[in-house]
Amino acid sequence: MNETKDAQMILSGTLPGSERTTLSGGRTTPTVVIEPRRSPLDLDLRAIWQFRELLYFLVWRDIKVRYKQTVLGVGWAILQPLLTMMIFTIVFSYFAKIPSEGIPYPIFAYSALLPWTYFAQAIGRCSSSVIGDASLITKVYFPRLIIPLASVIPPLVDFCWSLLILVGMMAWYGIGITWNLLAMPAFLLLALLTALGVGLWLSALNVRYRDVTHVVPFIIQIWMFVSPIVYPVSLVPEKWRLLYSLNPMVGVIEGFRWAVLGKGAPDLLVLGISSFMVLVLLVGGLVFFKRMEKTFADDI
Amino acid sequence: MSDVAIQAENLSKQYTIGTAKIRHDTLRDQLMDGLTSLFRRNGHAAPTSDTIWALKDVSFEIKQGEVVGIIGRNGAGKSTLLKILSRITEPTTGRAKVYGRLASLLEVGTGFHGELTGRENIYLNGAILGMRKTEIDRKLDEIIAFAEIDRFIDTPVKRYSSGMYVRLAFAVAAHLEPEILIVDEVLAVGDSAFQRKCLGKMGSVAKEGRTVLFVSHNMPAVQSLCSRVILIHGGKCIANGNPHEIIHSYLTPLFVSDHSSLEDREDRAGDRSAKIVSLQIENEARDKVIQSTTCLKITLGYRSDKAIMHPRFLVCLYDYHSSAGLYLMDTEAADDFPEIIPQEGSVTCVTGPLNLTPGRCTVNVALFRGGLLADHVECAGNLDIESAMVPHLRRIPNRERVTGIINYKWQINESPGVSVGDRQALPLGENVNPK
Repeated sequence: MNETKDAQMILSGTLPGSERTTLSGGRTTPTVVIEPRRSPLDLDLRAIWQFRELLYFLVWRDIKVRYKQTVLGVGWAILQPLLTMMIFTIVFSYFAKIPSEGIPYPIFAYSALLPWTYFAQAIGRCSSSVIGDASLITKVYFPRLIIPLASVIPPLVDFCWSLLILVGMMAWYGIGITWNLLAMPAFLLLALLTALGVGLWLSALNVRYRDVTHVVPFIIQIWMFVSPIVYPVSLVPEKWRLLYSLNPMVGVIEGFRWAVLGKGAPDLLVLGISSFMVLVLLVGGLVFFKRMEKTFADDI
Repeated sequence: MSDVAIQAENLSKQYTIGTAKIRHDTLRDQLMDGLTSLFRRNGHAAPTSDTIWALKDVSFEIKQGEVVGIIGRNGAGKSTLLKILSRITEPTTGRAKVYGRLASLLEVGTGFHGELTGRENIYLNGAILGMRKTEIDRKLDEIIAFAEIDRFIDTPVKRYSSGMYVRLAFAVAAHLEPEILIVDEVLAVGDSAFQRKCLGKMGSVAKEGRTVLFVSHNMPAVQSLCSRVILIHGGKCIANGNPHEIIHSYLTPLFVSDHSSLEDREDRAGDRSAKIVSLQIENEARDKVIQSTTCLKITLGYRSDKAIMHPRFLVCLYDYHSSAGLYLMDTEAADDFPEIIPQEGSVTCVTGPLNLTPGRCTVNVALFRGGLLADHVECAGNLDIESAMVPHLRRIPNRERVTGIINYKWQINESPGVSVGDRQALPLGENVNPK
């Protein structure tokens, strides 16, 4: 036995001669047991907490890279919803004369575009997140859930920038801030969970079927028109309302408008159904993702 | 049992052959498969010939502080074992218990992002390898110093030279302090100075009392670093113990290329009026593995429907990675090959010493019949050349740089009229003015 090892025994407080003379102090229970996962419900969410720093660094990487590569940087975050809002105002308000429940149409549209733009970005990034980090998946272990999880957070930064524009617009149109605003983060969280719920399915499917990459933009486009962004929910016929609210983004957008503009409290039933749908998507997504992740390294 | 670091019990991993096919599968194919699988039990594909066991019932135990080498030929299952122990992929059956913090280095610079600066990449890469932020904070200066890139630490790594990039990546990896370290030999890339640095670092890690699992083809390195060796062959652990003995036994069995499937291969050209059905490559001496200076004995089995007039066999050796042609063995260029051969049989070609650097070669074979191409198979077999001692050479270059080995000798030329030996014998003055 060499000197270094002796020194370590002393440092680790173990007596020379005893069997437990190594760095880890001789554990009797394994740190990790590597075996085929048995239960589909064994989600091992605790591992995510253990790897929270990696989650932080992946988010940090995406945010840094996002603003480094672009010339306009933050400008894009503001321009995108702003230009969309202008076009929507011209097309849907001036041409199509869609009502906006007494709220000026630009702000009506913009307040919905905020969570929507976030959602669309998050779902887009999330669905390609796993294949985007293929080099990590084939070379290093970490809970794979970290990747889609990390992908839905960076678009929040863009969201915050475009929120500034909303504040400016509210001042322009003379809309006061109400206590409802406190509920906004809750609806944003609901949007995040929706994006994650759907993103988990898509990102795992994308590993095996690259078709997903082509389908996602289409899904987002369709989804926008079945969400009350350019039109109010009141335009949807009463008898279709419940079916309509199966779309979780209905609850998110209605709630968001209410929180920001202080008008038109969302139907609690709609909100309930939307939240329930998010839960279903999310839990289903988690189970599906965990099931698929076993073969990520082999299939990617 | 308390001093065990890794305990593997019957680890097995099954793969479906033709991953490439699966990868390009589209949803439509899957839907069709789904329909057919409805009629099978459990909806699972029955384990048929479509699947192979990359690893089968591998069991071993590694004690804490041991440095264990894992050796075996390409495709033996070493990488699969590594991936399972690193938790990158799950075993199909069996299990392994790991006692202590484990980190694996299957590649340097995993997750490096070109847009980020050197400093930022240290944090990102460190976190990916499992370091805590506080740990990276503490070691940051040390890492930068080790990589010798302090001037460029705030430059995006996309502007780095490849040398700087690798140095930085290795510096981060070198400062990882897990209790168990799994290292793949791909780590030892780059020039020989860098390889020495990697191996030196591995040696010092081992001396610190950490457990190291080292996968390599570099037998001298395995022998000098490892206290024990596990030999994997065909997905099974076939030897486990003393490095010297196992490396010796590993180098002993004669090498036979994977020729069993040559006859069934469909990716062949030619009119198929005659077919090359087997390829066997072995050391001419029949007692050892193929090394840099080995003479090869190449045996081709062929079959046709009738005797072959004016046959011409061609065997071409290529470098596996660059596809650069190395040697061509052509019966037409040889002196005395018969004008007619029986409809079925085999031919053998014995070569002189290969003089090739260690690495993988691939073999193409072709058969002409009366000037017409009858059969041509690309990559009919692979050939791994192991490193060997070459007389008078202390080191053999690696395949990435050169393919050939030549025997040579260097000497200092004597200046006219004065020999090195004479200089000391002569008085000082006469040395300056030779007559």
